[in-house]
Amino acid sequence: MHVLLEPGLFSNDTVRTALVLGALVSIVSGVVGVFTVLRGQSFAGHALTDVATAGGAGASLAALSPLAGFIGGGVIGAGAMDAIGVQRVKDRDVATGVVLGAATGLSALFLYLITLQTTTTGSTQSILFGSVFTVEPSTLPDVLVLTALVLVGLAVIRRPLLMSSISPELAAARGVRLRAVGIVFMVMLAVAVGLSAIVIGSILSTALLIGPPASALRVSTRLSRALLIACAMGVAATWLGIVFAYDSYYWFGSGRGLPVSFFVVVDVLAEFVLVSLVARRRRRLLAPFGRGARPDHVGWI
Amino acid sequence: MTNAWLSGTIIAFLAGSVGFFVVLRGSAFAAHAIPNGAFAGAAGANLVGVNPLVGLVVFALGAAFGISSLSRRTRSDVATALALVMMLALGAAFLATSSAYEPAVNALLFGEILGVSSNELLPVALLAVVSAVGLAVLYRPLLLSSISSDLAVARGVNVRLIDVSFLIVVALSSALAVPVVGALLTFSLMIGPPAAARIVTSRPPRALALSVGFSMLTLWAAVASSYWTNLPIGFFVGTLSAAVYLAAKVWSRAQSRRLRRALA
Repeated sequence: MHVLLEPGLFSNDTVRTALVLGALVSIVSGVVGVFTVLRGQSFAGHALTDVATAGGAGASLAALSPLAGFIGGGVIGAGAMDAIGVQRVKDRDVATGVVLGAATGLSALFLYLITLQTTTTGSTQSILFGSVFTVEPSTLPDVLVLTALVLVGLAVIRRPLLMSSISPELAAARGVRLRAVGIVFMVMLAVAVGLSAIVIGSILSTALLIGPPASALRVSTRLSRALLIACAMGVAATWLGIVFAYDSYYWFGSGRGLPVSFFVVVDVLAEFVLVSLVARRRRRLLAPFGRGARPDHVGWI
Repeated sequence: MTNAWLSGTIIAFLAGSVGFFVVLRGSAFAAHAIPNGAFAGAAGANLVGVNPLVGLVVFALGAAFGISSLSRRTRSDVATALALVMMLALGAAFLATSSAYEPAVNALLFGEILGVSSNELLPVALLAVVSAVGLAVLYRPLLLSSISSDLAVARGVNVRLIDVSFLIVVALSSALAVPVVGALLTFSLMIGPPAAARIVTSRPPRALALSVGFSMLTLWAAVASSYWTNLPIGFFVGTLSAAVYLAAKVWSRAQSRRLRRALA
């Protein structure tokens, strides 16, 4: 055990805060991510993280609350993408790219101005890449409230959302207002990724939003199971990553560890590869019995 | 400054022509992910002490192959996201283990007009020629498979091979652009100006030429503004690319309104 869990791991306040906040963010990302992957909006999900980061940098420059900056930036970005046009798939690609480019340009400006103001080094990287070890425990109540808001919101719109994600034609025929559902979902996506970007950084925000849900969707035949598996995989990857990152301070004997984001991403990818192998094996084993086909998710409606 | 103009012009020419296909194929996400791979490569090259251009090219190609091999297992946007986070995480790990000088890291992320030194100009120009020739060879099958992949298959085009070759061209052009425009902004030059060109004209050769033109204007303006104001070039490339796109959109709305009024 000593090899995996270095002494003082759980008595360390920073680590405990990281474990709790990391789990919360993994759960929100897992739930929102299942719908993001189903809708094919991974690019938007990633782009909103960077847009939120621009908002966070702007807020910190204007001495406003960073959390408000991250969330506000994300929501404004989602609105801009919708205004340019996200209805047709190829327009969506360009709209997302243009908004992402403009926001990243603003990030470049804000972060440059921040480095002129402060003398602390590494501020650019900590805003861009983030680290769960630098989160203030005081943000916990805000994170809890926003997490609850997103989860409740998704629960409310889950039927029309699921239908419009899997079969837009059918949803439209049944009277679902696709555009309205799309906008509401984009706002929730923006809040969720803004939250995870400030807590765990933009790299992990995308990793947890896409990785565990994509793995879960490969093996799940039911929505509830996909959501559960995605959350469990996200939390497992985050916790393992935090433990490894903490341990890595002792690996090189130099007091300098590897970043959490590196370990969590490795965990997420390992889960994905493992699940792909299992899914393929299971398909081969069950194929002679007419079962085990790749889940197509149409039966979920 | 002569270097900045020369390298900038080469980069804008490539970004404009590659970007035309990026927009046509809807592969903006891949164009965003691959330069981030190049960023990780530059950080890694700094760690082991090899020429940064080698790191940029190797890791950009790695990102391209990562995307195309993961695409076989899952949908392509998910594959791109996974390859992207892997590259960024590697970059973060390289930065954490090396003692990279912060302004150098920021230059790599957000660009530096003097990012290509005079002794790098020759390898940059050579790589640019390789990418341009690659794109010229790919032009017809790439255009066909971008517009209709079914039609391309029916004509006997190997669509998978075209996909991979295109990602390789994107990777090479990104590796050249990253030191000047920055890893986070390189893709915006491949989206905004080409998308604007596509709005203005729908004929492929004309749109391609216009895309190169818009891209060059954007980059020249960005280099000049960055030089005068001392602000990072990435800020100008990102916002000007978006501005070109919005201007084209406004122009086409005005055009169609005029047309409707003429018909009424």
